Amino acid sequence: MNRIEETFATLKSAERKALVPYIMAGDPDLETTADLVVELDRRGADLVELGVPFSDPIADGPTIQRAALRALDQGTTLRNIVGTVGSIRERSDIPIVLMTYYNPVLAYGIEDLCRDAVRTGVDGLIVPDLPPEEGGDLSDACRRHGLTVVFLVAPTSTKARIELVGRHTTGFVYCVSLTGVTGARGKLADGVDEFMALVRSHTDRPLGLGFGISSPEQANEAARLADGVIVGSAIINVMEEHAGEPDLIRTVGEYVASLRAGIDRKNPVTAPG
Amino acid sequence: MTATALPDKRGHFGVFGGRYVPETLMTALDELLEVYEAATRDPVFEDEFRYFLADYVGRPSPLYFAERLTETLGGARIYLKREDLNHTGAHKINNTIGQILLTRRMNKPRVIAETGAGQHGVATATVAARFGLECDVYMGTEDMERQALNVFRMRLMGSRVIGVDAGSRTLKDALNEALRDWATNVRHTHYIIGSVAGPHPFPLMVREFQSVIGREARGQILEKEGRLPDMLVACVGGGSNAIGLFHPFLDDEVQLVGVEGAGHGLDTGLHAATLGQGTPGVLHGAMSYTGQDANGQIQVAHSISAGLDYPGVGPEHSYLKDSGRADYVSVTDDEALEAFELLSRVEGIIPALESAHAIGHIARIAPGMDRDQIIVAGLSGRGDKDVEQVYGFMDQERVDQERMEG
Repeated sequence: MNRIEETFATLKSAERKALVPYIMAGDPDLETTADLVVELDRRGADLVELGVPFSDPIADGPTIQRAALRALDQGTTLRNIVGTVGSIRERSDIPIVLMTYYNPVLAYGIEDLCRDAVRTGVDGLIVPDLPPEEGGDLSDACRRHGLTVVFLVAPTSTKARIELVGRHTTGFVYCVSLTGVTGARGKLADGVDEFMALVRSHTDRPLGLGFGISSPEQANEAARLADGVIVGSAIINVMEEHAGEPDLIRTVGEYVASLRAGIDRKNPVTAPG
Repeated sequence: MTATALPDKRGHFGVFGGRYVPETLMTALDELLEVYEAATRDPVFEDEFRYFLADYVGRPSPLYFAERLTETLGGARIYLKREDLNHTGAHKINNTIGQILLTRRMNKPRVIAETGAGQHGVATATVAARFGLECDVYMGTEDMERQALNVFRMRLMGSRVIGVDAGSRTLKDALNEALRDWATNVRHTHYIIGSVAGPHPFPLMVREFQSVIGREARGQILEKEGRLPDMLVACVGGGSNAIGLFHPFLDDEVQLVGVEGAGHGLDTGLHAATLGQGTPGVLHGAMSYTGQDANGQIQVAHSISAGLDYPGVGPEHSYLKDSGRADYVSVTDDEALEAFELLSRVEGIIPALESAHAIGHIARIAPGMDRDQIIVAGLSGRGDKDVEQVYGFMDQERVDQERMEG
């Protein structure tokens, strides 16, 4: 069992839900990224998604697009992100998955990437533009190297596709909460309960719910439906608001702690508005 | 498997093509493929498609013997397949007619499109107006400035033009934004991709809609010359007019030559020669040659022609290149401008800057060919849209000088 599967199993037996923050690696720079991961771990994250910047991020809304541009302007590459994970490992054992578009993976070389990623302590990959149909090469390589590959389902996925994703994903199923791209939203999408019930009835894998979740209240709601709650753009919004401030890391940490509290709250809260 | 039988069921041309898109779009692509395949088996669809191509677009387009161009270059006999004479002035409308008919079959009330030069945007706005569908066109703000009149044309026909300020603010970014819109509104929106690029089934479907170019050209050249041409030449951005011309000749002994934009020159890095200089990668939903750096970041293309200014290319072209069935060359901005002038002066035909790239290559090779050899060039569009831009580029003094001496 790898670190990601262990995490979900441990949480399940404790009847807790995973908090999965996403940050863009290299935004504002890789040193800060490393410090942030350590802070996220300390503030109650169970798994961290490190975004890999790409020039043409078709699944992302404006917030993550901007973060990717900032990271690219810093010269961030998949190669130095993998290296940064190695330095994070001196300070934290939190499971880390890289969320990357497929082209940087191909440019690195699937085999080389898997080898280097395992060596520095990466636990898995999420590739939002790689459906299982095209994911054979990556899945095979990851299996051989002991890396997790997370595939995604969306509200538009048919039952047959949910089953397909369930068979191919390892670690967990990434459930896209809404029909659209990443970005903070005011509330969870309509119909997300039915969607999650449908996914649950077609796979036994742990379910992570992401896209649009932006407040402790929404995180609480999401935690009732899923095994893990993924928050990305909302964290990056906090980082943008406090860009350049000396206590940026602590500010982000406090925000993530508020998400943790939201997820752990036992009584449902009514979201404002 | 022969080249004409491709793509396979999953949309692969050898290692190229496929579907590299977010899961949200996968079901819509399945639905599109299903509706498209049903339509190809339905004679009613075929009749509708033919009717609109004939009475609305004005097909068949002529295959014109360019006698003075042939004389001037002094070699092979040159024919022009006149897609510039189509309604809206380019080959793009062949595809938008096909896709708007499919949109109706899917009962979707809204279409979106991306556009670079504006030709595909105009062709989409045109059919959206004709069929009364809502239409939003994504266009890089840089391109909106370069092609202000096309922006007005689209708005005149009732479409919204949405400026894209992201990235390089050109065609590639417009495509990104259109894909994001599609992922958001996929339940009631069809995305009319303008080239043989994108995820399966777009490269297949757009090729089939554009193959009317090659089918007509094949019949026309047999009628005029009693034999097939020796060579086909067409410009390649995404590559839809080239595939449309080439495809009906794939099994024939006819040389196929695609011409990419070499921009300021291949050695300057400022070019759009994706097949010539790029490497295989994944961009906009398909595996194909791509202009990218060593880390897999997509590079900004450069060409004087906004329609060729794209760091990707349709996957079937990548397959034709690697299999050796087609050759891909490139023509610089300057060579294209010379060809633009040449065709205007000797034939009274002002070509689109895209199409001028094909003429530019012909100007290089035709003089060295025998007088009984035949070239068919894809004249994909008319140059009206480019006249203002070219006016700005040309050395006005030199033009005047030549006229006085003339």
